Amino acid sequence: MHIVDGALANEVALAGAAMTAAGVAVGLRALTPERIPAAGVLSAAFFVSSLIHVPLGPVSAHLTLSGLAGLVLGWAAFPALFVGLTLQTAFLGFGGVTALGVNTLAMAGPAVAVWALCGRGAARGGPQAAALWGATAGALAIALGAVVVAGALALGGPAFRPAAALALAAHVPLMAVEAALTAAAVGLLRRVRPEALGAAAALFLPARARR
Amino acid sequence: LGRARPHDPASVLGAGVRGPLDRLDPRARVLGAVVWAVGVVALSDLAALAAAAALAAGLTVAAGVPCGALLRRVAALDGFLLAAVATLPFSTPGAPAAEVLGLTATREGLRLAAEIALTANAAALAAIALVGALDPVAFGRALGRLGAPPALAQLTAFALRYVDVLAQEGRRLRAAMKARGFRPGPDGRSLRAFGWLVGMTLVRALDRSDRILDAMKCRGYDGRAPAADGPPFGPADALFGAGVAAALVGLHAAQALR
Repeated sequence: MHIVDGALANEVALAGAAMTAAGVAVGLRALTPERIPAAGVLSAAFFVSSLIHVPLGPVSAHLTLSGLAGLVLGWAAFPALFVGLTLQTAFLGFGGVTALGVNTLAMAGPAVAVWALCGRGAARGGPQAAALWGATAGALAIALGAVVVAGALALGGPAFRPAAALALAAHVPLMAVEAALTAAAVGLLRRVRPEALGAAAALFLPARARR
Repeated sequence: LGRARPHDPASVLGAGVRGPLDRLDPRARVLGAVVWAVGVVALSDLAALAAAAALAAGLTVAAGVPCGALLRRVAALDGFLLAAVATLPFSTPGAPAAEVLGLTATREGLRLAAEIALTANAAALAAIALVGALDPVAFGRALGRLGAPPALAQLTAFALRYVDVLAQEGRRLRAAMKARGFRPGPDGRSLRAFGWLVGMTLVRALDRSDRILDAMKCRGYDGRAPAADGPPFGPADALFGAGVAAALVGLHAAQALR
Protein backbone atom coordinates (compact mmCIF):
# COMPACT_ATOMS: atom_id res chain seq x y z
CA MET A 1 0.00 0.00 0.00
CA HIS A 2 1.19 3.52 -0.73
CA ILE A 3 0.48 6.48 1.57
CA VAL A 4 -0.84 9.69 -0.06
CA ASP A 5 0.12 13.32 0.59
CA GLY A 6 -1.54 14.82 3.67
CA ALA A 7 -2.22 11.53 5.50
CA LEU A 8 0.98 11.68 7.56
CA ALA A 9 1.94 13.96 10.43
CA ASN A 10 4.76 16.31 9.38
CA GLU A 11 7.20 14.81 11.88
CA VAL A 12 6.49 11.29 10.61
CA ALA A 13 6.98 12.31 6.97
CA LEU A 14 10.26 14.02 7.85
CA ALA A 15 11.53 11.10 9.95
CA GLY A 16 10.66 8.69 7.12
CA ALA A 17 12.51 10.85 4.61
CA ALA A 18 15.58 11.02 6.86
CA MET A 19 15.65 7.25 7.41
CA THR A 20 15.19 6.60 3.70
CA ALA A 21 18.03 9.00 2.86
CA ALA A 22 20.29 7.13 5.29
CA GLY A 23 19.27 3.75 3.86
CA VAL A 24 19.84 4.90 0.29
CA ALA A 25 23.26 6.27 1.26
CA VAL A 26 24.30 2.92 2.81
CA GLY A 27 22.89 1.03 -0.18
CA LEU A 28 24.78 3.21 -2.66
CA ARG A 29 28.07 2.39 -0.92
CA ALA A 30 27.34 -1.25 -1.67
CA LEU A 31 27.15 -0.47 -5.38
CA THR A 32 30.51 -0.75 -7.09
CA PRO A 33 30.60 0.61 -10.66
CA GLU A 34 30.65 -3.02 -11.83
CA ARG A 35 27.31 -3.69 -10.17
CA ILE A 36 25.43 -0.55 -11.22
CA PRO A 37 24.15 -2.01 -14.52
CA ALA A 38 22.90 -5.16 -12.74
CA ALA A 39 21.24 -3.17 -9.95
CA GLY A 40 19.69 -0.76 -12.45
CA VAL A 41 18.28 -3.49 -14.69
CA LEU A 42 17.04 -5.42 -11.63
CA SER A 43 15.42 -2.27 -10.34
CA ALA A 44 13.56 -2.03 -13.67
CA ALA A 45 12.69 -5.75 -13.42
CA PHE A 46 11.17 -5.30 -9.96
CA PHE A 47 9.30 -2.24 -11.15
CA VAL A 48 7.85 -4.17 -14.09
CA SER A 49 7.05 -7.26 -11.98
CA SER A 50 5.24 -5.10 -9.45
CA LEU A 51 2.84 -4.16 -12.26
CA ILE A 52 1.63 -7.80 -12.50
CA HIS A 53 -1.86 -8.00 -11.08
CA VAL A 54 -2.67 -11.24 -9.28
CA PRO A 55 -6.34 -12.18 -8.99
CA LEU A 56 -7.40 -12.44 -5.33
CA GLY A 57 -11.04 -13.47 -5.34
CA PRO A 58 -13.13 -10.46 -6.33
CA VAL A 59 -10.22 -8.00 -6.38
CA SER A 60 -6.68 -8.09 -7.68
CA ALA A 61 -3.57 -6.86 -5.96
CA HIS A 62 -0.37 -5.62 -7.51
CA LEU A 63 2.78 -7.35 -6.36
CA THR A 64 5.39 -5.74 -4.13
CA LEU A 65 8.17 -8.36 -4.22
CA SER A 66 10.15 -6.54 -1.54
CA GLY A 67 11.29 -9.86 -0.02
CA LEU A 68 12.61 -11.13 -3.34
CA ALA A 69 14.29 -7.78 -4.02
CA GLY A 70 16.05 -8.06 -0.65
CA LEU A 71 17.25 -11.62 -1.32
CA VAL A 72 18.67 -10.72 -4.73
CA LEU A 73 20.00 -7.22 -4.04
CA GLY A 74 20.84 -7.08 -0.31
CA TRP A 75 21.54 -3.52 0.78
CA ALA A 76 21.36 -2.38 -2.83
CA ALA A 77 17.60 -3.03 -2.59
CA PHE A 78 17.32 0.31 -0.78
CA PRO A 79 18.37 2.56 -3.66
CA ALA A 80 16.85 0.17 -6.23
CA LEU A 81 13.41 0.21 -4.60
CA PHE A 82 13.71 3.96 -3.99
CA VAL A 83 14.20 4.45 -7.72
CA GLY A 84 11.20 2.22 -8.48
CA LEU A 85 8.97 4.07 -6.01
CA THR A 86 10.10 7.46 -7.29
CA LEU A 87 9.05 6.39 -10.79
CA GLN A 88 5.72 5.07 -9.46
CA THR A 89 5.06 8.33 -7.64
CA ALA A 90 6.09 10.55 -10.54
CA PHE A 91 4.58 8.63 -13.45
CA LEU A 92 1.81 6.38 -12.13
CA GLY A 93 0.21 8.35 -9.28
CA PHE A 94 1.05 5.69 -6.63
CA GLY A 95 1.58 7.46 -3.31
CA GLY A 96 2.37 11.04 -2.40
CA VAL A 97 5.43 13.19 -3.07
CA THR A 98 5.90 14.10 0.59
CA ALA A 99 5.22 10.49 1.68
CA LEU A 100 7.95 9.04 -0.58
CA GLY A 101 10.29 8.64 2.40
CA VAL A 102 7.84 6.57 4.45
CA ASN A 103 6.68 4.63 1.39
CA THR A 104 10.28 3.69 0.52
CA LEU A 105 11.01 2.76 4.13
CA ALA A 106 7.99 0.43 4.14
CA MET A 107 9.36 -1.53 1.16
CA ALA A 108 13.14 -1.23 1.35
CA GLY A 109 13.51 -1.54 5.12
CA PRO A 110 11.82 -4.97 5.17
CA ALA A 111 13.77 -5.99 2.05
CA VAL A 112 17.09 -5.42 3.81
CA ALA A 113 15.78 -7.00 7.02
CA VAL A 114 14.68 -10.25 5.34
CA TRP A 115 17.95 -10.38 3.42
CA ALA A 116 19.81 -10.26 6.73
CA LEU A 117 17.54 -12.98 8.18
CA CYS A 118 16.91 -15.32 5.23
CA GLY A 119 19.59 -14.43 2.64
CA ARG A 120 22.12 -16.97 3.83
CA GLY A 121 19.58 -19.79 3.99
CA ALA A 122 18.19 -19.06 0.54
CA ALA A 123 21.68 -19.01 -0.99
CA ARG A 124 23.05 -22.13 0.69
CA GLY A 125 20.27 -24.74 0.93
CA GLY A 126 18.93 -26.98 -1.83
CA PRO A 127 16.09 -25.77 -4.07
CA GLN A 128 13.44 -26.93 -1.56
CA ALA A 129 15.10 -25.25 1.40
CA ALA A 130 15.69 -22.14 -0.70
CA ALA A 131 11.99 -22.04 -1.60
CA LEU A 132 11.09 -22.33 2.09
CA TRP A 133 13.42 -19.45 2.95
CA GLY A 134 11.89 -17.55 0.04
CA ALA A 135 8.39 -18.09 1.39
CA THR A 136 9.49 -16.85 4.81
CA ALA A 137 11.19 -13.80 3.28
CA GLY A 138 8.17 -12.99 1.10
CA ALA A 139 5.66 -13.17 3.94
CA LEU A 140 7.89 -11.45 6.47
CA ALA A 141 8.72 -8.54 4.15
CA ILE A 142 5.01 -7.82 3.61
CA ALA A 143 4.26 -8.14 7.34
CA LEU A 144 7.08 -5.74 8.26
CA GLY A 145 6.01 -3.33 5.52
CA ALA A 146 2.43 -3.40 6.82
CA VAL A 147 3.71 -2.62 10.32
CA VAL A 148 5.66 0.38 8.99
CA VAL A 149 2.65 1.70 7.03
CA ALA A 150 0.22 1.13 9.91
CA GLY A 151 2.65 2.58 12.44
CA ALA A 152 3.26 5.70 10.35
CA LEU A 153 -0.50 6.23 9.99
CA ALA A 154 -1.25 5.53 13.65
CA LEU A 155 1.33 8.11 14.75
CA GLY A 156 -0.99 10.72 13.21
CA GLY A 157 -3.34 10.39 16.19
CA PRO A 158 -6.07 8.14 17.62
CA ALA A 159 -8.43 8.99 14.73
CA PHE A 160 -6.04 7.19 12.35
CA ARG A 161 -5.96 3.95 14.33
CA PRO A 162 -8.86 2.22 12.51
CA ALA A 163 -7.26 3.15 9.17
CA ALA A 164 -3.98 1.68 10.43
CA ALA A 165 -5.76 -1.50 11.58
CA LEU A 166 -7.44 -1.75 8.19
CA ALA A 167 -4.06 -1.40 6.46
CA LEU A 168 -2.67 -4.22 8.63
CA ALA A 169 -5.63 -6.51 7.89
CA ALA A 170 -5.48 -5.81 4.15
CA HIS A 171 -1.89 -7.07 4.04
CA VAL A 172 -2.72 -10.54 5.42
CA PRO A 173 -3.93 -12.05 2.12
CA LEU A 174 -1.02 -10.31 0.39
CA MET A 175 1.39 -12.11 2.73
CA ALA A 176 0.11 -15.48 1.52
CA VAL A 177 0.32 -14.40 -2.13
CA GLU A 178 3.85 -13.02 -1.83
CA ALA A 179 5.03 -16.04 0.19
CA ALA A 180 3.88 -18.48 -2.52
CA LEU A 181 5.25 -16.31 -5.30
CA THR A 182 8.61 -15.60 -3.69
CA ALA A 183 9.00 -19.31 -2.86
CA ALA A 184 8.51 -20.25 -6.52
CA ALA A 185 10.79 -17.46 -7.78
CA VAL A 186 13.57 -18.28 -5.29
CA GLY A 187 13.26 -22.00 -6.01
CA LEU A 188 13.66 -21.27 -9.71
CA LEU A 189 16.61 -18.95 -9.18
CA ARG A 190 18.27 -21.53 -6.91
CA ARG A 191 18.03 -24.12 -9.68
CA VAL A 192 18.85 -22.11 -12.82
CA ARG A 193 20.91 -19.18 -11.50
CA PRO A 194 22.18 -19.95 -7.98
CA GLU A 195 24.76 -17.16 -8.10
CA ALA A 196 21.91 -14.62 -8.32
CA LEU A 197 21.01 -15.40 -4.70
CA GLY A 198 24.61 -15.54 -3.53
CA ALA A 199 25.29 -12.28 -5.34
CA ALA A 200 23.65 -10.23 -2.64
CA ALA A 201 25.87 -11.74 0.02
CA ALA A 202 29.06 -11.57 -1.97
CA LEU A 203 28.75 -8.47 -4.08
CA PHE A 204 26.25 -6.05 -2.63
CA LEU A 205 27.73 -5.80 0.86
CA PRO A 206 28.84 -2.30 1.85
CA ALA A 207 32.43 -1.82 0.73
CA ARG A 208 33.90 -1.88 4.24
CA ALA A 209 32.26 -5.15 5.25
CA ARG A 210 33.49 -6.87 2.10
CA ARG A 211 37.15 -6.26 2.86
CA LEU B 1 20.14 12.45 -27.16
CA GLY B 2 17.52 14.05 -24.97
CA ARG B 3 14.82 12.21 -26.82
CA ALA B 4 16.68 9.08 -27.84
CA ARG B 5 13.66 6.82 -27.39
CA PRO B 6 11.03 6.67 -30.10
CA HIS B 7 7.47 7.27 -29.05
CA ASP B 8 6.04 3.98 -27.80
CA PRO B 9 2.33 3.89 -27.08
CA ALA B 10 2.76 0.78 -24.94
CA SER B 11 5.41 2.50 -22.82
CA VAL B 12 4.94 1.81 -19.10
CA LEU B 13 5.89 5.31 -18.01
CA GLY B 14 4.46 7.20 -21.00
CA ALA B 15 6.71 8.95 -23.47
CA GLY B 16 6.29 12.53 -22.32
CA VAL B 17 3.59 14.98 -23.32
CA ARG B 18 4.30 17.73 -25.87
CA GLY B 19 2.90 20.97 -24.51
CA PRO B 20 3.52 24.51 -23.38
CA LEU B 21 5.39 23.27 -20.29
CA ASP B 22 8.12 21.95 -22.63
CA ARG B 23 9.65 25.42 -22.50
CA LEU B 24 10.53 24.85 -18.84
CA ASP B 25 13.75 23.23 -17.69
CA PRO B 26 12.88 19.70 -16.42
CA ARG B 27 14.75 20.59 -13.23
CA ALA B 28 12.36 23.49 -12.66
CA ARG B 29 9.39 21.15 -13.13
CA VAL B 30 10.71 18.59 -10.64
CA LEU B 31 11.58 21.27 -8.08
CA GLY B 32 8.22 22.96 -8.66
CA ALA B 33 6.31 19.73 -8.01
CA VAL B 34 8.20 19.08 -4.75
CA VAL B 35 7.90 22.66 -3.45
CA TRP B 36 4.21 22.70 -4.39
CA ALA B 37 3.57 19.40 -2.57
CA VAL B 38 5.30 20.63 0.60
CA GLY B 39 3.45 23.96 0.46
CA VAL B 40 0.09 22.26 -0.07
CA VAL B 41 0.65 19.73 2.75
CA ALA B 42 1.24 22.72 5.07
CA LEU B 43 -2.25 24.10 4.26
CA SER B 44 -5.24 23.08 6.38
CA ASP B 45 -8.09 25.40 5.39
CA LEU B 46 -10.59 23.54 3.17
CA ALA B 47 -11.28 26.52 0.89
CA ALA B 48 -7.56 27.15 0.37
CA LEU B 49 -7.02 23.44 -0.33
CA ALA B 50 -9.91 23.37 -2.80
CA ALA B 51 -8.38 26.37 -4.58
CA ALA B 52 -5.00 24.58 -4.63
CA ALA B 53 -6.61 21.44 -6.12
CA ALA B 54 -8.36 23.58 -8.75
CA LEU B 55 -5.06 25.29 -9.65
CA ALA B 56 -3.34 21.90 -9.94
CA ALA B 57 -6.17 20.55 -12.12
CA GLY B 58 -5.80 23.64 -14.33
CA LEU B 59 -2.10 22.84 -14.63
CA THR B 60 -2.82 19.33 -15.94
CA VAL B 61 -5.02 20.90 -18.63
CA ALA B 62 -2.33 23.47 -19.44
CA ALA B 63 0.28 20.70 -19.66
CA GLY B 64 -1.93 18.86 -22.18
CA VAL B 65 -2.00 15.56 -20.24
CA PRO B 66 -4.29 13.23 -22.23
CA CYS B 67 -7.61 12.51 -20.54
CA GLY B 68 -7.13 8.73 -20.36
CA ALA B 69 -3.69 8.93 -18.77
CA LEU B 70 -4.92 11.52 -16.30
CA LEU B 71 -7.93 9.43 -15.29
CA ARG B 72 -5.81 6.28 -14.82
CA ARG B 73 -3.41 8.10 -12.51
CA VAL B 74 -6.14 9.87 -10.54
CA ALA B 75 -7.97 6.53 -10.15
CA ALA B 76 -4.79 4.90 -8.79
CA LEU B 77 -4.24 7.80 -6.43
CA ASP B 78 -7.79 7.93 -5.16
CA GLY B 79 -7.85 4.17 -4.60
CA PHE B 80 -4.99 4.53 -2.10
CA LEU B 81 -6.61 7.69 -0.76
CA LEU B 82 -9.92 5.97 -0.06
CA ALA B 83 -8.17 3.21 1.89
CA ALA B 84 -6.55 5.85 4.11
CA VAL B 85 -9.49 8.18 4.77
CA ALA B 86 -12.63 5.97 4.62
CA THR B 87 -12.57 5.26 8.36
CA LEU B 88 -11.73 8.80 9.50
CA PRO B 89 -15.29 10.25 9.62
CA PHE B 90 -16.25 7.50 12.06
CA SER B 91 -13.12 7.45 14.20
CA THR B 92 -12.70 11.18 14.88
CA PRO B 93 -14.47 12.40 18.01
CA GLY B 94 -16.83 15.36 17.55
CA ALA B 95 -20.35 16.49 16.72
CA PRO B 96 -22.43 13.78 14.98
CA ALA B 97 -23.24 14.63 11.36
CA ALA B 98 -24.67 11.47 9.78
CA GLU B 99 -25.43 7.80 10.43
CA VAL B 100 -24.17 5.13 8.04
CA LEU B 101 -24.94 1.48 8.78
CA GLY B 102 -25.22 2.19 12.49
CA LEU B 103 -21.91 4.10 12.60
CA THR B 104 -21.88 7.79 13.43
CA ALA B 105 -19.87 10.11 11.21
CA THR B 106 -18.74 13.32 12.88
CA ARG B 107 -18.38 16.77 11.33
CA GLU B 108 -14.75 16.90 12.45
CA GLY B 109 -14.08 13.50 10.92
CA LEU B 110 -15.66 14.43 7.60
CA ARG B 111 -13.61 17.63 7.61
CA LEU B 112 -10.37 15.72 8.23
CA ALA B 113 -11.17 13.22 5.46
CA ALA B 114 -11.94 16.09 3.06
CA GLU B 115 -8.73 17.87 4.05
CA ILE B 116 -6.59 14.82 3.26
CA ALA B 117 -8.48 14.11 0.03
CA LEU B 118 -7.99 17.68 -1.23
CA THR B 119 -4.33 17.76 -0.13
CA ALA B 120 -3.51 14.47 -1.83
CA ASN B 121 -5.22 15.48 -5.07
CA ALA B 122 -3.75 19.00 -5.12
CA ALA B 123 -0.22 17.66 -4.66
CA ALA B 124 -0.59 14.70 -7.02
CA LEU B 125 -2.32 16.55 -9.88
CA ALA B 126 0.57 19.03 -9.96
CA ALA B 127 3.07 16.16 -9.89
CA ILE B 128 1.26 14.47 -12.80
CA ALA B 129 1.32 17.69 -14.84
CA LEU B 130 4.88 18.74 -14.00
CA VAL B 131 6.76 15.44 -13.66
CA GLY B 132 4.48 12.70 -15.03
CA ALA B 133 4.20 14.52 -18.37
CA LEU B 134 7.99 14.72 -18.67
CA ASP B 135 9.88 12.46 -21.00
CA PRO B 136 11.27 9.78 -18.59
CA VAL B 137 14.80 10.26 -19.93
CA ALA B 138 14.59 14.00 -19.27
CA PHE B 139 13.41 13.21 -15.74
CA GLY B 140 16.46 11.00 -15.09
CA ARG B 141 18.84 13.69 -16.39
CA ALA B 142 17.10 16.34 -14.30
CA LEU B 143 17.64 14.27 -11.13
CA GLY B 144 21.35 14.01 -11.93
CA ARG B 145 21.65 17.74 -12.59
CA LEU B 146 19.77 18.52 -9.36
CA GLY B 147 22.60 16.99 -7.39
CA ALA B 148 21.48 13.37 -6.86
CA PRO B 149 24.53 11.16 -6.03
CA PRO B 150 26.11 9.96 -9.32
CA ALA B 151 25.47 6.29 -8.52
CA LEU B 152 21.79 7.01 -7.84
CA ALA B 153 21.51 9.02 -11.06
CA GLN B 154 23.09 6.14 -13.01
CA LEU B 155 20.77 3.65 -11.33
CA THR B 156 17.77 5.77 -12.30
CA ALA B 157 19.05 6.10 -15.86
CA PHE B 158 19.41 2.31 -16.18
CA ALA B 159 15.98 1.68 -14.65
CA LEU B 160 14.36 4.20 -17.01
CA ARG B 161 16.16 2.77 -20.02
CA TYR B 162 15.20 -0.86 -19.31
CA VAL B 163 11.67 -0.58 -17.88
CA ASP B 164 10.07 -0.83 -21.30
CA VAL B 165 12.53 -3.45 -22.59
CA LEU B 166 11.73 -5.69 -19.61
CA ALA B 167 8.01 -4.96 -19.84
CA GLN B 168 8.11 -6.22 -23.43
CA GLU B 169 10.04 -9.30 -22.34
CA GLY B 170 7.43 -9.86 -19.63
CA ARG B 171 4.66 -9.60 -22.23
CA ARG B 172 6.41 -12.22 -24.39
CA LEU B 173 6.67 -14.56 -21.40
CA ARG B 174 2.98 -13.97 -20.59
CA ALA B 175 2.05 -14.66 -24.22
CA ALA B 176 4.05 -17.90 -24.08
CA MET B 177 2.20 -18.93 -20.90
CA LYS B 178 -1.14 -18.10 -22.45
CA ALA B 179 -0.28 -20.08 -25.58
CA ARG B 180 0.28 -23.10 -23.31
CA GLY B 181 -3.15 -22.70 -21.75
CA PHE B 182 -2.36 -20.71 -18.61
CA ARG B 183 -5.44 -19.06 -17.09
CA PRO B 184 -4.68 -17.05 -13.96
CA GLY B 185 -6.94 -17.75 -11.00
CA PRO B 186 -6.75 -17.40 -7.23
CA ASP B 187 -5.03 -20.73 -6.66
CA GLY B 188 -1.60 -22.07 -5.74
CA ARG B 189 -0.80 -23.27 -9.26
CA SER B 190 -1.26 -19.79 -10.69
CA LEU B 191 0.84 -18.23 -7.96
CA ARG B 192 3.65 -20.70 -8.64
CA ALA B 193 3.44 -19.90 -12.34
CA PHE B 194 3.57 -16.16 -11.58
CA GLY B 195 6.56 -16.81 -9.31
CA TRP B 196 8.39 -18.60 -12.13
CA LEU B 197 7.46 -15.72 -14.43
CA VAL B 198 9.03 -13.26 -11.99
CA GLY B 199 12.06 -15.52 -11.51
CA MET B 200 12.55 -15.86 -15.29
CA THR B 201 12.22 -12.07 -15.68
CA LEU B 202 15.01 -11.67 -13.13
CA VAL B 203 17.21 -14.30 -14.81
CA ARG B 204 16.83 -12.59 -18.15
CA ALA B 205 17.44 -9.18 -16.56
CA LEU B 206 20.69 -10.43 -14.98
CA ASP B 207 21.87 -11.92 -18.30
CA ARG B 208 21.04 -8.67 -20.01
CA SER B 209 22.92 -6.64 -17.41
CA ASP B 210 26.05 -8.79 -18.00
CA ARG B 211 25.87 -8.03 -21.71
CA ILE B 212 25.32 -4.33 -20.98
CA LEU B 213 28.36 -4.22 -18.69
CA ASP B 214 30.52 -5.97 -21.31
CA ALA B 215 29.38 -3.55 -23.98
CA MET B 216 30.05 -0.60 -21.70
CA LYS B 217 33.53 -1.86 -20.80
CA CYS B 218 34.24 -2.18 -24.53
CA ARG B 219 33.58 1.53 -24.74
CA GLY B 220 35.84 2.42 -21.82
CA TYR B 221 33.40 2.48 -18.90
CA ASP B 222 35.27 2.98 -15.63
CA GLY B 223 32.37 3.67 -13.29
CA ARG B 224 31.96 7.29 -14.21
CA ALA B 225 29.13 8.57 -16.33
CA PRO B 226 29.62 11.76 -18.30
CA ALA B 227 28.23 14.66 -16.27
CA ALA B 228 24.76 15.55 -17.43
CA ASP B 229 24.81 19.13 -18.56
CA GLY B 230 22.39 21.34 -20.40
CA PRO B 231 21.25 24.90 -20.69
CA PRO B 232 20.97 26.93 -17.46
CA PHE B 233 17.62 28.05 -16.07
CA GLY B 234 15.99 30.61 -18.39
CA PRO B 235 13.43 33.40 -18.08
CA ALA B 236 10.53 30.93 -18.47
CA ASP B 237 11.81 29.02 -15.43
CA ALA B 238 12.06 32.24 -13.40
CA LEU B 239 8.50 33.12 -14.36
CA PHE B 240 7.31 29.61 -13.43
CA GLY B 241 9.14 29.70 -10.10
CA ALA B 242 7.62 33.09 -9.30
CA GLY B 243 4.18 31.73 -10.22
CA VAL B 244 4.50 28.71 -7.91
CA ALA B 245 5.78 30.93 -5.08
CA ALA B 246 3.03 33.50 -5.62
CA ALA B 247 0.31 30.83 -5.66
CA LEU B 248 1.60 29.26 -2.41
CA VAL B 249 2.04 32.61 -0.66
CA GLY B 250 -1.45 33.65 -1.80
CA LEU B 251 -3.02 30.39 -0.55
CA HIS B 252 -1.29 30.63 2.82
CA ALA B 253 -2.25 34.31 3.15
CA ALA B 254 -5.88 33.47 2.33
CA GLN B 255 -5.83 30.73 4.97
CA ALA B 256 -4.35 33.09 7.58
CA LEU B 257 -6.98 35.76 6.86
CA ARG B 258 -9.98 33.45 7.23
